Amino acid sequence: MFRKPKRKIYFLIFVLPTLAAFLIGFVYPFFNGIYLSFCKFRTTSDAVFIGFGNYVKAFQNEGFLHSFWFTVLFVIVSVVLINLIAFFVAYALTLGIRGSNVFRTVFFVPNLVGGIILGYIWQYIFNGILQYYGTNLALNANFGFWGLIILMCWQQAGYMMIIYIAGFQSVPHDLYEAAKIDGAGKRQLLTNVTLPMMMPSITICTFLTLTNSFKLFDQNLALTGGAPGVVSQATGTTVYQTEMMALNIYNTFYANQNSRGVGQAEGVIFFVIVVIIALVQLYFTRRKEVQQ
Amino acid sequence: MKKSTFKRAAALAVAGMMTATALVGCGEASSSNAKDDSSAAGNAKNGKVYYLNFKPEQDKAWQALAKKYKDETGVEVTVKTAAEGTYESTLTAEMDKDNAPTLFQVNGPVGLANWKDYCADLSSSDIYKQLTSKDYALEEDGKVYGIAYVIETYGIIYNKTLLQKYCDSDFASVKKIEDINSFDKLKTVADEIQKNKDKLGVKGAFTSAGMDSSSDWRFKTHLANLPIYFEYKDKGITSTDAIEGKYLDNYKKIWDLYITDSTCDPADLASKKGTDAETEFTSGEAVFFQNGSWEYSTVTEAGMKDDDLGMLPIYIGAGDEANQGLCTGSENYWCVNSKASADDQAATLEFMNWCVTSETGTKALADDMGFVIPFKDAKAATNVFVKIDNELTAAGKTPVSWNFTTMPSEDWKNGVGTALTQYAAGTGDWDAVKTAFVQGWKTEYAKANG
Repeated sequence: MFRKPKRKIYFLIFVLPTLAAFLIGFVYPFFNGIYLSFCKFRTTSDAVFIGFGNYVKAFQNEGFLHSFWFTVLFVIVSVVLINLIAFFVAYALTLGIRGSNVFRTVFFVPNLVGGIILGYIWQYIFNGILQYYGTNLALNANFGFWGLIILMCWQQAGYMMIIYIAGFQSVPHDLYEAAKIDGAGKRQLLTNVTLPMMMPSITICTFLTLTNSFKLFDQNLALTGGAPGVVSQATGTTVYQTEMMALNIYNTFYANQNSRGVGQAEGVIFFVIVVIIALVQLYFTRRKEVQQ
Repeated sequence: MKKSTFKRAAALAVAGMMTATALVGCGEASSSNAKDDSSAAGNAKNGKVYYLNFKPEQDKAWQALAKKYKDETGVEVTVKTAAEGTYESTLTAEMDKDNAPTLFQVNGPVGLANWKDYCADLSSSDIYKQLTSKDYALEEDGKVYGIAYVIETYGIIYNKTLLQKYCDSDFASVKKIEDINSFDKLKTVADEIQKNKDKLGVKGAFTSAGMDSSSDWRFKTHLANLPIYFEYKDKGITSTDAIEGKYLDNYKKIWDLYITDSTCDPADLASKKGTDAETEFTSGEAVFFQNGSWEYSTVTEAGMKDDDLGMLPIYIGAGDEANQGLCTGSENYWCVNSKASADDQAATLEFMNWCVTSETGTKALADDMGFVIPFKDAKAATNVFVKIDNELTAAGKTPVSWNFTTMPSEDWKNGVGTALTQYAAGTGDWDAVKTAFVQGWKTEYAKANG
């Protein structure tokens, strides 16, 4: 009789620390951030409300618009590549090859290295190679783009692989047997049994790669720092060719004495874009999931 | 029953503790201790000092000095140092805290514009009266917002032994180091060294002009100061909302010289770091190295002796070259946080004054940090580059002032730097540098002041 209400109290008590941390560490800064995007400020405690001015400036910022399209391109390529690689590596490692546990660990390890360090290590590798051809990562946006893609694939594929392996292992064997008895070939097994049963893993992995790629900052900062830049003839401002949205927001924030609010407004716009894209993706991949 | 009460109490306590810990440090800056312009009152003995230091290489020396101050006066001095290149972001974060820095620095008029609301008026302070020249104060609207605490000098550092070796060789058309007194002479020397680098046992005349962020400020900021200086001088101004770029051709000439007569291929410059140039210079692979007096400790620690070192003015073929001196100025202005409590402000002012007047303070600044300070009680510096600057000034040369503190924004510098990198590598043209320099200045100035 007493048990139930008591439990509820315990739940409340135990959720309290996390909830408080969430409110203080996330909800409050989030709403304060939205407020600040309408302000002119130096530090968060001396903000002066100015209305939509920051948003107008954000949309006039050539660099911001360029970084948006660069990011979109990067996200498309990296989401496809990372998931394909992860899926097939996971497939190969569930076939029961000798030493597959070692391989799993090896593929997973890059994920444990911090983004900044990764960025610098790969910068050395790429520049070391490019030096032989008399060029440099900072001189050609194509190198920067593909450098980022390679880096991200190397880092993220291992993590997604683990999720896909779990997915493969959760497909019941009797389903395969039943399909084989019905005369399904290898290809049909993959498309009609494995893939539908794997949809939850695919949903998670696409969601993670999509948002991770969109929000990429450390690796971008360390690997290319946005270089090379193109100077606009009309204004003389430089648009950085490999600058992604997060890095652009950061750079805008510290660009000059009036730009903090603009950076903040860009941050809010960025948030809205990521949320919309992530929700749309969740909606479409969820629809394809099947009940076991 | 008892047990469950205990459990509940324990759970509550744990939850409470965790919440409390989570809350600590998240407090909003309360307005109670934020009093504006209260430098008049305040008891220094009750205050404490928090100095946010800009120069990572002097961190240890500042920590030691802070400890000595505490031993002597009992006043707590906290020194924190921002990592290289992150001062602005660190300062922004720290200023938002309850215990904000009481002493911080800005780099000149443009930096001051960012933090003016946080700078106390120092016109009645003791340290202001200690200045050897009021030119070293950062003044605006009749108020003193900042005080330069270190004067620095930069130019073309050279390896005296190697340069002498060049002068003594048969292919040299300049026979005395003192004869290098114009851009044309400098170019002749550099070209001849480059041509005969194997005979001299060097890899190039100039160290690599690295455009990695650890080194690009030497060119996008310090070297870019020269065309700005000569234009300001012609016009008799000290800042501008639109630069004309009259001396950009000279800027191109010196940049061409740096990247051609160099230890490496111009295409490699994009990723060369500051330490690369340092190593090339200290290991005798190059003769010339554009850098400043702050580099003294690094090159001497690497084993170079004072007799090996010299510094030339950066000649770009403009103005009165025969009387051109080294580039001397400051981009390090101390500011006192006007939003700190009156006690803390008083304590901070006393600490600043102690640093530049007391025996311990001046000694530490001169010997441990190698600073030349513009105050009456300053100790003579051991820094050889500073000595050279003093000699040149005494010989009637005009020092080149630091006008890069009027560059409109970080974005402007980065734009110029990027264009320089691409020009050096051959993937961009000089027009891009010009556009970034001239049009960029106008746009960035408008953005920053609009």
